[in-house]
Amino acid sequence: MTRYDVIVIGGGHNGLVCAAYLARAGRKVLVLERRERVGGAAMSEEVFPGFRFSVFSYVVSLLRPEIIRDLELPRYGLHILPLESTLTPLPNGDYLAQWSDHDQNRRELARHSLRDAEAYDEFGLVLHHMARAIKPLLAVAPPDPTSLRREQLFDLFQLRTYFKDLGTKRFHALHKLLTMSAADYLDEWFETEALKATKSASGIIGTMLGPRSPGTAYVLLHHYMGELDGVFRAWGFARGGNGSVSAAIAASAQARGTEIRTSSPVSNVIVRSGKVRGVVLEGGEEIEADLVVSGADPRRTFLGLVGEQHLPGELVESIRRFRFRGSSAKVNLALGELPEFTCLPGRGPHLRGATSISPSVDYLERAYDDAKYGEISRRPYMDIVIPSMLDPAMAPPGKHVMSIFVQYAPYHLNGGWTDAKREALGDAVVDTLSEYAPNLKGAILHRQVVTPADIERIVGLSEGNIFQGELSLQQMFFLRPAPAWSRYRTPIRGLYQCGSGTHPGGGVMGASGRNAAFAVLGEPP
Amino acid sequence: MLKKTPFHERTAALCESHSWRRWAGHVVASSYELSHEREYHCIRAAAALFDISPLYKYSIRGRDAARLLDRVTTRDVSRSQVGQVLYTGWCDGAGKLLDDGTVARLGEDAFLMTAADPNLRWLQDNAVGLEVEVEDISESVGALSLQGPQSRRILEALGELPALKYFRRADTKLRGMPVSVSRTGYTGDLGYEIWVSRDNALPLWDALMQAGRGHGIMPAGMLALDMARIEAGLMLLDVDYVSARKALIESQTSSPYEMDLAWTVDLSKPSFVGKSSLEEEARRGPQWRFVGIEVDWSSLERLYAEVGLATRVPQAAWRMSVPLYASEQAGYATSGGWSPVLKKYIALAHLRAEWAAPGTALEMEITVEHRRLRAAARVVKKPFFDPERKRA
Repeated sequence: MTRYDVIVIGGGHNGLVCAAYLARAGRKVLVLERRERVGGAAMSEEVFPGFRFSVFSYVVSLLRPEIIRDLELPRYGLHILPLESTLTPLPNGDYLAQWSDHDQNRRELARHSLRDAEAYDEFGLVLHHMARAIKPLLAVAPPDPTSLRREQLFDLFQLRTYFKDLGTKRFHALHKLLTMSAADYLDEWFETEALKATKSASGIIGTMLGPRSPGTAYVLLHHYMGELDGVFRAWGFARGGNGSVSAAIAASAQARGTEIRTSSPVSNVIVRSGKVRGVVLEGGEEIEADLVVSGADPRRTFLGLVGEQHLPGELVESIRRFRFRGSSAKVNLALGELPEFTCLPGRGPHLRGATSISPSVDYLERAYDDAKYGEISRRPYMDIVIPSMLDPAMAPPGKHVMSIFVQYAPYHLNGGWTDAKREALGDAVVDTLSEYAPNLKGAILHRQVVTPADIERIVGLSEGNIFQGELSLQQMFFLRPAPAWSRYRTPIRGLYQCGSGTHPGGGVMGASGRNAAFAVLGEPP
Repeated sequence: MLKKTPFHERTAALCESHSWRRWAGHVVASSYELSHEREYHCIRAAAALFDISPLYKYSIRGRDAARLLDRVTTRDVSRSQVGQVLYTGWCDGAGKLLDDGTVARLGEDAFLMTAADPNLRWLQDNAVGLEVEVEDISESVGALSLQGPQSRRILEALGELPALKYFRRADTKLRGMPVSVSRTGYTGDLGYEIWVSRDNALPLWDALMQAGRGHGIMPAGMLALDMARIEAGLMLLDVDYVSARKALIESQTSSPYEMDLAWTVDLSKPSFVGKSSLEEEARRGPQWRFVGIEVDWSSLERLYAEVGLATRVPQAAWRMSVPLYASEQAGYATSGGWSPVLKKYIALAHLRAEWAAPGTALEMEITVEHRRLRAAARVVKKPFFDPERKRA
């Protein structure tokens, strides 16, 4: 029987990144994936004949450049196509567009507000500085400021120097971003409603919070981080869908000797006298290893794979309280023709970018109100891309695929999720979008609706939370997923965590997988 | 889509080179003919007509208009006379330049400000508590610059041209069209800038081109202008300095003192944005200076001769960072080129104060046949070209 140095549970992108780094360091690694294919929530599938979809996650924004470099992902097929604009259609028939070209963007913003056109650049500069301030924290295991352990003190000392260098002004700006709501923060900058709403939307993605909930300004920054590597062009749409991100990481891992077994669900982790000994598959097969890394979310890892009996009560309590509350859904449409937006008719460049249904902050907050009380948003926030405009191979010639990220669709829906509720969500999405693109209904050939309950069932993310737990401040940094266990380790010796339920969190970022690999190797990242 | 200036219909028809560039979100001609050379010589020997409409223009009116401008710029605006035009920079709180432009006093309580970058939000934010109206009139006002020794005679042929001294302005009519004319320019030559409402833009262009025919007028593009403004020692935002508004790190910023604009900083004003930092800097002296550089011809000739080539010099002005060395790196040049009127290779440069005295011997990096070498150069006084007619 083959003896493995490390078993990685879960072939999502973080599990694969972790495996690839471990294999690169010479470890013999086995990845066990429950489903018949790797990728987790980053996967592409031909859902309808001829139409390929990034079924769940659908853009690349935060994938760490060092991972792209270290794992040579372009060599293994990763090609990121730029998404260069965001169109926000408005109920009055007008629109707000944000373009990557500075002059074009300024001209469009000036149409709405000259002041905002000017504030935009300064806002960008401040977020640039803030993202730079936060970025170094992403690459390190988060030190706990209350810990007196030597290596943590050293990390803390470095952070202290770092915050000192940041300067008073920027530290204050950072504090604001960490504590304010996205809407309040944006109010300080802009007056155009659609601009504030569209920007604040990135503060609510994946959370069960509204744009006026405190803490959402940070999520906005979290999403801005991808733009920091603008030169590196790590932001956009992966050719072939997000499955090709996973496929490239998997291929890189395999080229370094990693073994990947699909259709191999792990039933539990074997723990003997506080040490990990291996895993048991659902079929009963036992595989031994002294090191096991779980890519599953904290709830599944601790309460499912390990079991409460092996864990300190305090940790069990923390994990029970760890908030998932999935709030996002996906609607994937196969289209016979392109949508025609009333505000901007024709096949313009806006169809190669994103479209955001976020006309005002009130609109988003109302969408949240519905969800707060357990209902689907009657008029949801949507982030829409048409991948076939960038990669024609995603659909048959002349036809298109449309990916619609939807919020809010609360996991804890009144009466629970049923087929009828799923279709009701699909209808709410299509009806709302049709108000802006009236030809949409007639263009739909097929429709797939993915609810948080589906995400949980298919991908295994608890409560369908796309980030393996909300990106809210009380569960970030040294509190992710639990105090004292934020540095990828667990109370079980030899058992590590590498999912986005750990610092720095979600998005197809891979940082958790990479950091975890270095924790396993006992090296600084 | 980029914006088109009010003169685009005419300039597009004349732009044989199809060579366009961006300026503040607009398309403007780099050169009209295939080479910019004739256009350049018109600036110095006849008259060149530039479309400078992309400049940002702000109307500043109200009882506190002068107070606002005194608060934000480094010049003493209150003491300026009606009809006077001031060149000025303006700074952030740390005394670092945000932008530079002109402030023209149209009346006791009315000013026209020009700028290279958008400044509306910044002006409005500084106007808090003041009785003043700031309006962005960039789109509604077209602007032409007529530069060169023949420029005065061309304007005189079109109407009653008031006798304007250097950096003075007046409202007048040219061929019956109401315009404002200022004795200003960006070439260091005799010249005028003419401000006109958007509707009168094309007739004004036509009138100038027609009146200028006997005086050798040519429409001229940005390539010609760039060389002329270097000869005149005039700095350009985003080329020679970075706005403190856009700088990513502190070392990218520059103060007026560091840009050789001490003459524009009036520390006797009771207060203005950046004053305390500038006072401090004036006391200890700026660490950097913005100077003129002349590259030594014989040194260039030698470097080219070593590889068997005749000496080459850049025919069009360049805009990039070029290292300058003394015993160590002393600074960097930001724009330069071959001056046809001076027959010299000149550049504008940032130098550490200790190397900035006129006459200081330096070396400038040049690339000869793919090899980076150093040519002898020295610090010289700006402007490189300063004809008497400029102030006439």
